[in-house]
Amino acid sequence: MADGGSVTNALLQVDDLNGWYGESHVLHGMSFVVGEGELVTLLGRNGAGKTTTLRGVMGILGQRRGSVRFAGAELIDQPSNVIAKAGIAYCPEERGIFASLNVEENLMLPPIVRPGGMTVEEIYAIFPNLAERRRSQGTRLSGGEQQMLAIARILRTGARLLLLDEPTEGLAPVIVQQIGALISTLKEKGFTILLVEQNFHFAATLADRFYVVEHGRVIDTIAAADLAASGPKLREYLGV
Amino acid sequence: MFGIPIQALFGQLLLGLINGAFYAMLSLGLAVIFGLLGIANFTHGALYMMGAFCAWFLLNLFGIGYWPSLILAPIIVGLFGILLERVFLRWIRNIDHLYGLMLTLGLAQIIEGVFRDQYGSSGKPYAIPAELTGGYNLGFMFLPTYRAWVIVLSMIVCFGTWFLIERTKLGAYLRAATENPVLVQAFGINVPRLVTLTYGFGVALAALAGVMAAPIYQVSPLMGTNILIVVIAVVVIGGMGSILGSIITGFSLGLIEGLTKVFWPEASSTVIFVIMAIVLLVKPSGLFGRAS
Repeated sequence: MADGGSVTNALLQVDDLNGWYGESHVLHGMSFVVGEGELVTLLGRNGAGKTTTLRGVMGILGQRRGSVRFAGAELIDQPSNVIAKAGIAYCPEERGIFASLNVEENLMLPPIVRPGGMTVEEIYAIFPNLAERRRSQGTRLSGGEQQMLAIARILRTGARLLLLDEPTEGLAPVIVQQIGALISTLKEKGFTILLVEQNFHFAATLADRFYVVEHGRVIDTIAAADLAASGPKLREYLGV
Repeated sequence: MFGIPIQALFGQLLLGLINGAFYAMLSLGLAVIFGLLGIANFTHGALYMMGAFCAWFLLNLFGIGYWPSLILAPIIVGLFGILLERVFLRWIRNIDHLYGLMLTLGLAQIIEGVFRDQYGSSGKPYAIPAELTGGYNLGFMFLPTYRAWVIVLSMIVCFGTWFLIERTKLGAYLRAATENPVLVQAFGINVPRLVTLTYGFGVALAALAGVMAAPIYQVSPLMGTNILIVVIAVVVIGGMGSILGSIITGFSLGLIEGLTKVFWPEASSTVIFVIMAIVLLVKPSGLFGRAS
């Protein structure tokens, strides 16, 4: 392992992951680890391969090679429905709220993969807006509510690892704060989270560890404790 | 009324409603299949014909009558559909829809060719089951029991299908997978299996319509071709992939066809296509379709 050597209780271990969209080779040997209960963020410029990495873990790339181990089991040759059943849940960047389903149908859509997920009552307690609008068409919600729904529906399933792709993208600052509070809550509840985030300042307050991604591979690892000292280096990586 | 004997008017309306019942059941299956597989299933007419033939075989080879056939023929032909999906349609899912159209059209020609070779083009009679012979004199018209049964059963089947798709968990999977199959599979649902079962279900609907049609239209290798062209027009008018649209459009166009037969008989076989052309000009996504 080139990085993340300090993690002893790895829940997700990705080694030399290569991924393709059609003919174009996008991931060039991604390697990283997410420990049980950790919140790890992938940082990087647009097009660095962060979203593709999540899609690669989830098994929804055209082609992928390497190793994706989850809770000790190798998943690289499995289709995405088997990966989901293993206990990985995915919240895509485009949110993926279904227009032909109402809010409650959207919420109830992902099947339970393991016992121990949150109940609908718990979810509605966290997201009272969704409870009020449970009969509305999914895509009639505001952008922030759709994002809440996209996260809420993967909390029911009992999945241990949540892949969250840019949950704050395009949202107003007050909503971004709410999502930040939500993600902290989820971490306290014991969810393991792999977060992709453009908004560095948002991610800085949440994550235990950061992987810097460039050209489809991890080029650096920064622990939360070293964040302040790594400022100049990060500015160079991210161009912020 | 307008110089038309009232018996003739209602007689044609009844015929129209019967035709409409078959249009609705067939276009419903086409709509479900098109929604999830993105394939305009031109094999649908041949599978409807197979449903009728299946009932005829069951009766003439095994002495199994109409009532068991209503269940058995859709299962048998539905399994044949599942085989078609697994062996042929699965491989062309991710390429241009035109290939699906050509492949299903070719399969229909092959299936119909085999039946025509074996059984000729003339229709084979299939008797109305004893329980449904006779009819009711409604005063203004005579209503044959079997035709009333076809209308009622088709309405129940259409409503049941609508309910299954729009109001159940399985239907929610189907609707969601129609929108975004990749994400639905990433939630842990076996989408390839859902696709196979959906195709089998749509085919079973066609076969059920075939069994119901056997005592009315006779059992003939070409019965599917004749009706399929009209049903495709119905689907286009209702809007590709719309469940409710297929049902309402199917029954309505049957009625319009019947009415046209009364007032302008020469136009009756053309009227649906005239309506299709107008709808395509005014609302290309169909009356109930979502513009994509």
